[in-house]
Amino acid sequence: MSAILPPSDRLWWKQPIDKVEWAWIGIAFVWGMIMFAMMIYWHVYGKQNLSNEAYKITPELFAAKAEKFIAENTIRTETDQNIPVVKVPAGGDGYLIARLWAWYPILELEKGQTYKIHLSSMDYLHGFSLQPVNINIEVIPGYEHVVQMTPTKTGTYAIVCNEYCGIGHSWMLGRIYVK
Amino acid sequence: MATTYRTCPISGMQFEDQAEKLMRWNAVAGVLWLLVGGITALLVILTRWPAIKLLPADQFYLILTAHGIDMLILWILFFEMAVLYFASSTLLRCRLATPKIAWLGFWLMVVGGIVTNVAIFQGESSVMFTSYVPMQAQPHFYLGIILVAVGALLGTCVFFGTLVVAKKDRTYQGSLPLVTFGALTAAIIATFTILAGAGILIPTFFWSMGWIKEIDAQLYRMVWWGLGHSSQQINVAAHVSIWYLTAAVLFNAKPLSEKVSRFAFLLYILFLQLASAHHLLSDPGMSAEWKVLNTSYFMYFAVMASMIHGFTVPGAIEAAQRRKGYTNGLFEWLRKAPWGNPVFSGMFISLVSFGFLGGISGVVLGTEQINMLMHNTFYVPGHFHTTVVTGTTLAFMSITFLLVPVLFRRELILPKLCQIQPYLFGISMSILGLVMMGAGTLGVSRRHWDMAFSGAPFQYEWPGAAYLMMGLTGIFGVIAVIGGGLWILLIVGSLLFGKKLDGGKVSDKPTPIPVDTAAASAVAHGSDHQPVPGTVILALLLFVTFVLYYFVNWKYLSEVWLLS
Repeated sequence: MSAILPPSDRLWWKQPIDKVEWAWIGIAFVWGMIMFAMMIYWHVYGKQNLSNEAYKITPELFAAKAEKFIAENTIRTETDQNIPVVKVPAGGDGYLIARLWAWYPILELEKGQTYKIHLSSMDYLHGFSLQPVNINIEVIPGYEHVVQMTPTKTGTYAIVCNEYCGIGHSWMLGRIYVK
Repeated sequence: MATTYRTCPISGMQFEDQAEKLMRWNAVAGVLWLLVGGITALLVILTRWPAIKLLPADQFYLILTAHGIDMLILWILFFEMAVLYFASSTLLRCRLATPKIAWLGFWLMVVGGIVTNVAIFQGESSVMFTSYVPMQAQPHFYLGIILVAVGALLGTCVFFGTLVVAKKDRTYQGSLPLVTFGALTAAIIATFTILAGAGILIPTFFWSMGWIKEIDAQLYRMVWWGLGHSSQQINVAAHVSIWYLTAAVLFNAKPLSEKVSRFAFLLYILFLQLASAHHLLSDPGMSAEWKVLNTSYFMYFAVMASMIHGFTVPGAIEAAQRRKGYTNGLFEWLRKAPWGNPVFSGMFISLVSFGFLGGISGVVLGTEQINMLMHNTFYVPGHFHTTVVTGTTLAFMSITFLLVPVLFRRELILPKLCQIQPYLFGISMSILGLVMMGAGTLGVSRRHWDMAFSGAPFQYEWPGAAYLMMGLTGIFGVIAVIGGGLWILLIVGSLLFGKKLDGGKVSDKPTPIPVDTAAASAVAHGSDHQPVPGTVILALLLFVTFVLYYFVNWKYLSEVWLLS
């Protein structure tokens, strides 16, 4: 009977299922399997997979590693805040600090080179949102995430913070140059 | 405890006195929270509309926090309590178990809701709905949510108890009706959702009091989403039940197959919890294997369940309409449906918008690698405004047009406006969801006050199309707020000024559901093997849209920087 009355057949689980319903269930199931397989396929053959490499770390330790990297590789400073522009060695490691409310430092990369970019936060959660490429990665305090990136185009890119981090969230903007 | 039973002359439904009062109070409380949520929605929209940018940053984040809490928790939970009491006591025609506990639950939820709102509006708790640590709110922000959760858990227990009462008093024979079965799945999901919530919010409350030193930010996200996402699954189970309810009441529609629909509900219980993992796809702390396994919801069984309901609900309506003689062509059954009845139009827009917009975008968003294109962008609220708003809220709104005469015994005022309300709200909210997703696809952030980044050391100029999308978001957002406001006006106006209707016969004993109805003599198979070609076409249209949109996003992904 209708959906607000008890089913006419007490043993509803013994009812036969109509062909058209079976067909739809089959389509939904197969499609689910395809979508499942697609993620695995992309891990094997795709070129955009988020890195699994992450370590637990304290903000102090991460800041120390980043400062060392900045001291060794800074090529100039920019803006009236003298933000260092740091050239990441081709194929090497670069560090990017997320903190209230800045991405630090400015990184300079080369097109076609692969870099290991280490991301972590000093305080709250932040969101690494590379624009206009539109790659978005969560940045979490206490975790050092090592992401391998290969820029495919030259240009000046912005890092928008897209995880809410307080009153200065909207001016937390960073920069990456790709030469 | 002595109680009475009223048989509604319009619907034939039987309302037990205590259950009826609880349903009314819960529904009214829900509507009042919707009003607060709606006012905050307008302020949020007018601030994110780049041409207006109404509020300063601190007030914007405060209002946005209130909007999330008042809509996603308070409006929906209060209404769901009413749905649970309806699906148990009313549909099974029995007394409500332990009404005193149900009232205790109600008042806990009221007090908790107010406490959390006080915390938010005091200004020191603008931590958003998700309240991610280590950003800290005032202790009473968390305490209020905990009280609401305890209240909701009590209500859920009363629901379970009422099922036992019905069984014991033999007010029905055989199995539970499908709608009650759906509500039962919602209640089961609610139980473990609330336990996950307790598992994270109680420690967070202790942390805000200084009793716990630190909570791991990644761990918080994982457990919190056991609450945050699963609670949306309660909503899905509840609004799918309401779709079936609407089909049954308006069309006397039988489920195509009880077995299929019930197994689909069971799949929700078994697999939806794992779906919470899709909030962590761009996080550092989990491995790719963990992400793929969990977000495939174990091979998308939960998605399959929604696809099944999306087929069987219109299928049941089509079968019922064809039996009535609307057999011409593929779609006469749909053309001749009561489009002027807001109960139907709201339910059908809810079904279509949830399937085509909310459902498809949700699965795409929940794909491990594609998530990187959308994580924390405006796409995310675009997605959930087409699930929890055009899906759940619109379904709740449309069923209320039925409940006003039946439960509140009032005639609806301004019937012409009642007719257009579901279209105004449903369509504008669907377009709002779409343009929000459009802005998100272009990278625009969610929960962000200033697209111009004033005060930043650098400049970044969003593409012109992003500004266009945000402008459209503003326009359709305002229309949607008007549509929602109209609903509140019509419902509250009807409750206050609508013509009083006859309540019907009151008895001090319940009248059980008769055993020998047409149900017993009808053939076991719900659709009578009535073919449903129109529904097949609609389902295939959904499927083709789904597949195309899914692969378009892989194409987008293949064009970004290489990552490994």
